[in-house]
Amino acid sequence: MTTTTPTSTSKDNILVDVRHLRMWFPINRGIIIQRTVGYVKAVDDISFFVRRGETLGLVGESGCGKSTTGRAILQLYRPTSGEVYFDGQDLCKMKGEDLRRMRRRMQMIFQDPYASLNPRMTVGNIIGEPLEVHGIARGREKRERVQELLRVVGLNPYFVNRYPHEFSGGQRQRIGVARALAVNPDFIVCDEPISALDVSIRAQIINLLEELQEQFGLTYLFIAHDLSVVRHISNRVAVMYLGKIMELTSREELYENPLHPYTQALLSAVPIPDPVVEEKRRRIILEGDVPSPVNPPKGCNFCTRCPVVMEICKNEEPEFKEVQPGHWVACWRVGH
Amino acid sequence: MTKYIIRRLFWSIPVLFFLTLAVFVLIRAIPGGPFDFAGDKSLPPSVVKNLEAKYHLNDPVWKQFVDYLKDLILRFDLGPSFRYKSRTVNDIIAQTLPISAQLGLVALALALLIGIPAGIIAALRQNTMVDYTATFIAIIGVSIPAIVMGPFLIWIFALPHDIGGWHYEPIFPVSRWGAKPPFFLGFLPVPDLEFWKYAILPAFTLGTGLSASIARLTRASLLQVIREDYIRTARAKGLSERAVIVRHALKNSMIPVVTILGPMFAAVLTGTFVVEQIFAIPGLGKHFVTSIGNRDYPVVLGTSLLYGVAIVIANLAVDIVYAWLDPRIRYD
Repeated sequence: MTTTTPTSTSKDNILVDVRHLRMWFPINRGIIIQRTVGYVKAVDDISFFVRRGETLGLVGESGCGKSTTGRAILQLYRPTSGEVYFDGQDLCKMKGEDLRRMRRRMQMIFQDPYASLNPRMTVGNIIGEPLEVHGIARGREKRERVQELLRVVGLNPYFVNRYPHEFSGGQRQRIGVARALAVNPDFIVCDEPISALDVSIRAQIINLLEELQEQFGLTYLFIAHDLSVVRHISNRVAVMYLGKIMELTSREELYENPLHPYTQALLSAVPIPDPVVEEKRRRIILEGDVPSPVNPPKGCNFCTRCPVVMEICKNEEPEFKEVQPGHWVACWRVGH
Repeated sequence: MTKYIIRRLFWSIPVLFFLTLAVFVLIRAIPGGPFDFAGDKSLPPSVVKNLEAKYHLNDPVWKQFVDYLKDLILRFDLGPSFRYKSRTVNDIIAQTLPISAQLGLVALALALLIGIPAGIIAALRQNTMVDYTATFIAIIGVSIPAIVMGPFLIWIFALPHDIGGWHYEPIFPVSRWGAKPPFFLGFLPVPDLEFWKYAILPAFTLGTGLSASIARLTRASLLQVIREDYIRTARAKGLSERAVIVRHALKNSMIPVVTILGPMFAAVLTGTFVVEQIFAIPGLGKHFVTSIGNRDYPVVLGTSLLYGVAIVIANLAVDIVYAWLDPRIRYD
């Protein structure tokens, strides 16, 4: 199988370059002797890059491998194969102390602010711990830095001695953001940072993330299933389906000129806040269910549900091709 | 917190009162009396009558109960033993409880020392041979009762063996631990080699069963905790694997272990019948059992009450430890 990697020239100023990343989870059977009978192909050969200072949105429905991608990039899972270049160094080849030191430069904001904070640590310890383990600050200096971080994310600096359960969901997510920011990272994976929050406070967190990006020159990989949020925050958007990237392009291009049938179907499901246009919106309803990632279709992963499927789609996998400058699509109908 | 402790201690009073009442009534409801036999022969009715009069057993039950409570509350007097004529229940407890507590403490320390690390190792190496081995040993430990384990250990370690010309001279004594006063009463400042020689077999017998339960609980609980999101957060922070386990996972996984530790502590400290019998340790354990057969009413009441107090205090301690382990738990 061939895939043209969306590689880049140096002028693109790439921070994270993911090449042929695979994350397969083994399925083990057997009572006494375990043997691997198959793999969940959560992420199956994806390639993309993130430019310094930009936000790359990663969308797709539940179970398509978005979160796995984020975790595999940060080596919270060790990828099955592929490379993840972070500022030129392959993270997949790093381990132990080298990798641990690298974590200072890449952080993650987690989806569930209720589960991702250790319930028996104070806010001060949660945010301050990375400072200590990376030897950035300790003692009084650490405390001041923690209070500063709390101020930055819009929380009262006097909250340092409180425990996570004393906060609301939105406040907890701010703590999670402060924690990620503590080590002054270059790159943050935002793993659905607002999907567990009330609608009313989502905008606050989104705005906070945008402000911080501007202030600290952060690079985001923003994982979400909400298309309107991704549209709001991203510079470029990648659409994932069943472990693969189907389409990747700039935000404007994706929303104005979606080329992949899956992207078109996704976008057709978003209501438009204009009654006249909304009237004309025609939903493309996808039939059937997402196939199992244990046993994906032989050809294009989307062929079982594609409204415009062709014979070739069922047998051969389409190439992930740059069909227009900066617009990659994996579809037999486009650019083949 | 202080308020909470005071409130809890206050509410333990009715608990202990009803415990006393229930045992007081029930033990008298059992057929037979304390003076039916002296040794193998039965006593003449006139003697029984005199003895019953001496111990006020002819009074109405409610009056006996009130008198008992009066002695208990005003003078901490648990009354005389009917069987051991020269000893009071207070004497019996004062002489035997420290010996039992000594055994219990050593056994519990041993159980924690083996159980918690074994559970941690099994959890961290889940579904490997290490885990299976640890789990297997734990199951064996839980399933083999002390009444089998004790004699087995004696047979192996406390008796001489001659196997194919190789002679084993036992280093451990068979029994009679507790002939010396317990170490923690200040009589023996540092447990010496002699102490450990006597201690190891009975403590091991009692401790293995406990350590197996602790190991299994630690493993299960730690397995649950290391799948929590905040453990992933800790890894993402850039903590070393050791720090992730020690600082983030362990304390969170100790709650179920502490929960069983409370009642376990109360049970072990007040003595265990089987282990004390096997190793001929003059502890309190045997009185829990023999006093019932003897219809030695004050001893039954005294031991029950003591156990009740131990349970109340142990559970209170557990609840206090909870608050330390989990800041979401607040008492006020």
